[in-house]
Amino acid sequence: MMTTHKEKSPKEKTKRAVVYLNGLYMGFHDNAEELVREIISKRRSGELTPNLNVSYQAGSGEIHLNTSGGRIRRPYIIVKNGKPLLTKEHIDKLKANELSWNDLIAKGIIEYLDAEEEGTLAHVATTEEELTSEHTHLEIDNSSITGVIVSTFPYPDHNSSPRLTMASSMMKQSLGLYSVNFNYRQDSRAHVQFYPQVPLVQTSSYKALNFDKRPAGQNFVVAVMSYYGYNMSDAVVLNKNSIDRALGRSVFYKTYETEERRYPGGQKDKLMVPTPNIVGYREEELYKNLDEDGIIMPEVSIKPRDVLIGKVSPPRFMEEVATFGITEEKRRENSITAKGGDYGTVDSVMLSESLAGNKLVKVKLRSLKIPEVGDKFASRHGQKGVVGYLCPQEDLPFTKDGIVPDLIINPHAIPSRTTAGHILEMLGGKVASMSGRTVNGTMFSGEKEDDLRAELKKYGFNEAGEEELYDGITGEKLKAKIFIGVIYYQRLHHLVSNKMHVRSRGPVQLLTHQPTEGKAREGGLRFGEMERDCLIGYGASQLIKERLLEESDKMIALVCANCGSLGVHDYVKRRDYCPVCKGTRMEKIEMSYAFKLLLDEIKSLGIFPRLKIGEKGK
Amino acid sequence: MGKKLIDSGEAVGIIAAQSLGEPGTQMTMRTFHYAGVAEQVPTGLPRLIELVDARREPTQSLTDIYLEDEFVKDKKKNEEVAAALEHVSLSDVCAVTENFAKKELRIKVDTKFAQTKGITVRDIINKIKEVLGKSGKIKSKNDQILLHINATYQKLRRITMKVKSIPLKGIKGLSKATVVYNEKTGEYFIRAGGYNLHDLKKAEHVNFSRVYTNNVREIEKHFGIEAGRNALLKEIRQVMDLQGLTVDVRHIMLLADAMCSRGMIEPVGRHGLSGRKSSVLARAAFEETVKHLVNASIEGEEDPLNGVTENIIIGQTVKLGTGKVRLIMRQ
Repeated sequence: MMTTHKEKSPKEKTKRAVVYLNGLYMGFHDNAEELVREIISKRRSGELTPNLNVSYQAGSGEIHLNTSGGRIRRPYIIVKNGKPLLTKEHIDKLKANELSWNDLIAKGIIEYLDAEEEGTLAHVATTEEELTSEHTHLEIDNSSITGVIVSTFPYPDHNSSPRLTMASSMMKQSLGLYSVNFNYRQDSRAHVQFYPQVPLVQTSSYKALNFDKRPAGQNFVVAVMSYYGYNMSDAVVLNKNSIDRALGRSVFYKTYETEERRYPGGQKDKLMVPTPNIVGYREEELYKNLDEDGIIMPEVSIKPRDVLIGKVSPPRFMEEVATFGITEEKRRENSITAKGGDYGTVDSVMLSESLAGNKLVKVKLRSLKIPEVGDKFASRHGQKGVVGYLCPQEDLPFTKDGIVPDLIINPHAIPSRTTAGHILEMLGGKVASMSGRTVNGTMFSGEKEDDLRAELKKYGFNEAGEEELYDGITGEKLKAKIFIGVIYYQRLHHLVSNKMHVRSRGPVQLLTHQPTEGKAREGGLRFGEMERDCLIGYGASQLIKERLLEESDKMIALVCANCGSLGVHDYVKRRDYCPVCKGTRMEKIEMSYAFKLLLDEIKSLGIFPRLKIGEKGK
Repeated sequence: MGKKLIDSGEAVGIIAAQSLGEPGTQMTMRTFHYAGVAEQVPTGLPRLIELVDARREPTQSLTDIYLEDEFVKDKKKNEEVAAALEHVSLSDVCAVTENFAKKELRIKVDTKFAQTKGITVRDIINKIKEVLGKSGKIKSKNDQILLHINATYQKLRRITMKVKSIPLKGIKGLSKATVVYNEKTGEYFIRAGGYNLHDLKKAEHVNFSRVYTNNVREIEKHFGIEAGRNALLKEIRQVMDLQGLTVDVRHIMLLADAMCSRGMIEPVGRHGLSGRKSSVLARAAFEETVKHLVNASIEGEEDPLNGVTENIIIGQTVKLGTGKVRLIMRQ
């Protein structure tokens, strides 16, 4: 290729190009620019699909056409001779609903570009004023450089981009009104917030996205100050009385379900209140709330381990042939019980049929989640925090007007993260609550800080948003002025009550005899290699033994004093013996079950490990 | 003095490992440059890994050469010696082209460049004669040398390679020798890339007792294990200092001592320290479990259970710290 190009004149070189469609070689074209021009004009006129994008770099000798899925494309206003094709008439017609978005695309006024075409062929102006004849496109709005979620954040142009990334991922975790028919839905997990509010500081796209119809957060009065160390390291202090007035309150729904499954051999599950003769019968107490049909009744209080749906299943393995013809079937208890930490009330019970035609039951559990210490809250600026203290209102500082903050964040959360937008939103929120209107915080075009300050001053406030606060405990005026404002906070779905987990004793794994892992299995927390290293570093040898042996998989093994292999206990003859050398001098040795497994595994390698036993302590 | 000794049963190894490992996580991947040398000497984490692995050939070796006391402050002399030490091969100053049709080698000398190295065309011809003996006819004209060899194609190729690598002057292995001024002492020294202590020993005007290379293995080879340990210590400290990390020397000393404990510098890891632990269980717990178990069974190895890992595996107290002491009942 290089050599052929060299032989040709430079003019020819720039014109000729290979054409690829979706990365596949299609052929040559002698005049690349002409081809590109033609493709674009045909796309705009509707002869070619609007999904097609071209990319061509002058002199590269390659034209790439793309129609494949998965490309990221954005809309632009097409510009001709320095004039945008979108005119005032169009906008008026759009407002009057006489024209739609798709009409604009069909008319060739707006087109979508992918990254490649935007990078090689387009020359985009960001504002109408800067348009020259060189430009090919005009940005619809500058705030459209962000995605859908960030476009709803106030003042994102004052925050650092990593914080926006974090904020947008947190918004996805916020509690709100996710659906209006939540009462009829059977989501496996769902949170619904009480009294969700529309933010006081909004953006132009907030309403456009219909976010105001299903908001996910509330406007909090926030003070930026420390509070007796209860808001260190991103903890927040919440006003207990605000919580009692249902601030941040939400309800959590969880759905348990089961079906009457059919098994090969004509056997079938049965939904019923299990009887004591059933294998694995639980305490009677746990079944007491079941109705005759074996399903729990609505509005019954539930605690962990309570049976929600009584179910009896056929045995897992085929029964041995009974001696006397009649087999009394040993049926197995297989009820659905509330999992650990699930306190609540039965909200509704749904009976239906599964796809396979089996009886299907869904039990929805409802529990009220009042904010408590450990719950997570976040503003829309990547400022997240965990509740450190629920403070009674009388102990919280107050302003001369008697305003008490709902939430106190620590000033250390701000400077290193450079989330100036957070502060601006607090200011804007304050203005909004005084003026009774919403403040516009749209990226690049939102209300300016100076305007907000001036308006705040108009209402008789300190223009910086700082106020003199009085200590709620002593009544004294605080030495420093405190920045206080109103900002939209979201409650995130990480609730301690759904995560809290403790274990002192509990189930062990079948294979290793070590404690299970994970909350669902009531497991322990792993004491890992590095933690072990630390104990060695301290020389705490008894503690290591306790952690790794006594609290884990300790066992007593019989070791043959003669040959050093593991022995067995004969329950019939009531004696210990060595199956290898038939010796009877057996010692009881304390070891970890994992070590016994290791010995077994070594034996499976064909190696005979011997344990030499010495006196204790030698 | 007794107060400064570490307590018996203190887990020095673990503490050293943690003390070195924790700041290691903060090490930046950024590397700094040594003045005067074009090639990069790795610093930071890559260099540390290199040292701990005890590589025979580090990415880039350096040798610092001080001259004898009377010349040590003489910049000119330093430059002279530097030029003399730097290894120059024929291909460095000449362009060699083969002509198979005429069965000859055309060697074009870059005279200007050769002059800076103090090499004349005459020198080159002599060297070629020395190496090839009578197997070729040499014609020369100005900066051109024609070498006519009546040989097969393959042989000609081999001769070309041979000619290209003819050493013209200097010490093999040393490249890019530059004179560096040591501000602290007011002395000059020569910093060269590569290493060759063996030949440097015989080099003129060089104060061999002050020669230092960052190739730890080379130092160990020529000066013995103690010098090797000290070099290792120095290099690791330098890496930590350059990153602005403070680690107590004794931790590094312990690491260096452990790496040298068998009379040669051994890497930490499968092929070194961890792979040669005395206990089967400890080795099996690290890597290549089956290999160690099988070999141990072949040799009928016995584990006296003296180490930390072994005792944790079988579930006994570790003979360390509080587990070091034993109570014996009075009879």
